[in-house]
Amino acid sequence: MDNQNGEAVLHVEGDWTVKTVGALEREIRRARFEATPQLVDVSALGAVDTAGAFLIHTMLEDGGIEADKTYQLIGEHAQAKALLELVSGRERQEKVVASQPLSIIDLLARVGKGSVHFMDEAVGTLSFIGEAMLTTFKLLLQPHKIRWTSVFAVMEEAGLDALPIVSFLSFFVGMVIAFIGATMLQQTLGATVFTVELVGWAVMREFGVVLTGILLAGRTNSSFTAQIGSMKMRQEIDAMRTLGIDPIEALVTPRILAMLIMTPLLAFGATLSGLLGGLMISWVALDISPILFITRIQEIVIIQNFWVGMSKAPVFALVVAMIACRQGLLVQGDVQSLGKATTASVVHAIFLIIVVDAIFAMMYMELGI
Amino acid sequence: MSDPIIQVRGLKTQFGDHVVHENLDLDIYRGETIGVIGPSGCGKSVLLSEIVGLLTPTAGSVTVFGETLSELSDRDRQAIERRWSVMFQDGALFSNLTVRENVMVPMKEHTNFSHDLMHDLADLKISLSGLPLNAADKKPSELSGGMRKRAAMARALALDPELVFLDEPTAGLDPITAGRFDSLVRELSRLLGLTVFLVTHDLDTLKATCDRIAVLGDKRVKYTGTLEEVSRIDDPWVQEYFGGPRGRSVVG
Repeated sequence: MDNQNGEAVLHVEGDWTVKTVGALEREIRRARFEATPQLVDVSALGAVDTAGAFLIHTMLEDGGIEADKTYQLIGEHAQAKALLELVSGRERQEKVVASQPLSIIDLLARVGKGSVHFMDEAVGTLSFIGEAMLTTFKLLLQPHKIRWTSVFAVMEEAGLDALPIVSFLSFFVGMVIAFIGATMLQQTLGATVFTVELVGWAVMREFGVVLTGILLAGRTNSSFTAQIGSMKMRQEIDAMRTLGIDPIEALVTPRILAMLIMTPLLAFGATLSGLLGGLMISWVALDISPILFITRIQEIVIIQNFWVGMSKAPVFALVVAMIACRQGLLVQGDVQSLGKATTASVVHAIFLIIVVDAIFAMMYMELGI
Repeated sequence: MSDPIIQVRGLKTQFGDHVVHENLDLDIYRGETIGVIGPSGCGKSVLLSEIVGLLTPTAGSVTVFGETLSELSDRDRQAIERRWSVMFQDGALFSNLTVRENVMVPMKEHTNFSHDLMHDLADLKISLSGLPLNAADKKPSELSGGMRKRAAMARALALDPELVFLDEPTAGLDPITAGRFDSLVRELSRLLGLTVFLVTHDLDTLKATCDRIAVLGDKRVKYTGTLEEVSRIDDPWVQEYFGGPRGRSVVG
């Protein structure tokens, strides 16, 4: 490609387009001219586009042409001159490689940043909970101001539609408890009839409501966060504010109310189907008739257990709705933050549901209930 | 201006009961810039989606570069898709990538360029589209609407396509930026022999860039012709469009 002729002339031949220059690139980058070319012969140049022109230009630039000195084109070509002009004279940004040495100070700074962020987050969550509760209480005093349409829509979507999966899950867990109980009690005590108590206690106190909570944390949290988050991304939340609509009032309160109403009902459904699962196994595998099962549940597993379980449902409802809405409102302009918020929402909710359940268990144990 | 680069024949589009296009024919020739106008909701963007294959027409055929898209294998289709690019109405930049990375995406996908060359070429396209280079390291969410459009243009030009589809490229831009955009389109179509399919409402853009105008209405392409020819057509919508105070300043 390089040719001498009194003055240094560079002959450029063939097609120089996106499709072809990839193969040449490395050679061109390495190429060094013996003399700085003053003339560029483009008469044999085929198709050319900006990628090709850019490479020709950088080749000349790296080959020693100074920025202010120009080269002359010789030969006829329809686009070469204009394209070379188009790509020349563009500023080239120096590539800055940011490499930071690791030091104790950096480490401390990161720890500090992390702690401050954690504090901010805690304060933010608390103030959000406060704001949401306050708005909800205010609205409860003026029920005509509550957006009942969205309350009912959420009740259907997050409550009613979740009933099949919640009951299904709970049914199987009830069966599993009955199986385990039957095997253990048979081997150790020879008293399979206590399976009824085991199923009753476990399902009523814990599994019915905790399963509901965890399922809602997965199902409802993700959907609430994604809904509110994408509204935030598309500036719909800002639009609400400018229209004088309080987003907490319009988006958060209906979700809180709907969850408060539906979670106990779902937990009730889950408890019933869990007991049913236990009943089936007791009947089929242990020969405990359904009548005996129900009588024992009524007489021995006192109703208090049921209320202990149900008392947790509204708390789980609040955990789910609050975390979901808060994370949704934290979403920023980009897609990644939506994904992050949704993950955080589900993880935080499941974590908190387990923690809250443990706290309840300790509390009731101390109270002797 | 001889061989049609895009040929649309007997196109029909139907969503449920709603018929958007019926018996729509359109030819677009190599090297020209064609502006598609029409009332809101007449299916301009839908037509664009159908030509680039994002939507399948209910009936009829779309031929691009002499190939019917629906009959091609995935590989052949990819080869064709490399030769065109689309700039969507609100940019459709990848929001988790910086502007430069956005422009590099098509290069990474379709070329064997080194990272350095892609980096430099991306910077070139970014400055070509009129963005300052310090915008290259920003995320799309940190840019203004106009800057996002220009970044989208830079991405559309990344692979030096033969055919560019622009959906409302100047909507929401200030007049100065819009004017620069128009001259960029013009310059590129002249330099690279670019064919441009432009959906727009901007009369100034129509005047500054388009060789031909296609008017959509009554579910088909009602008229095609140069700006002058079209503006003289005796049609209520066309007359209102060009006859309004904004239109008169362009045509008159």
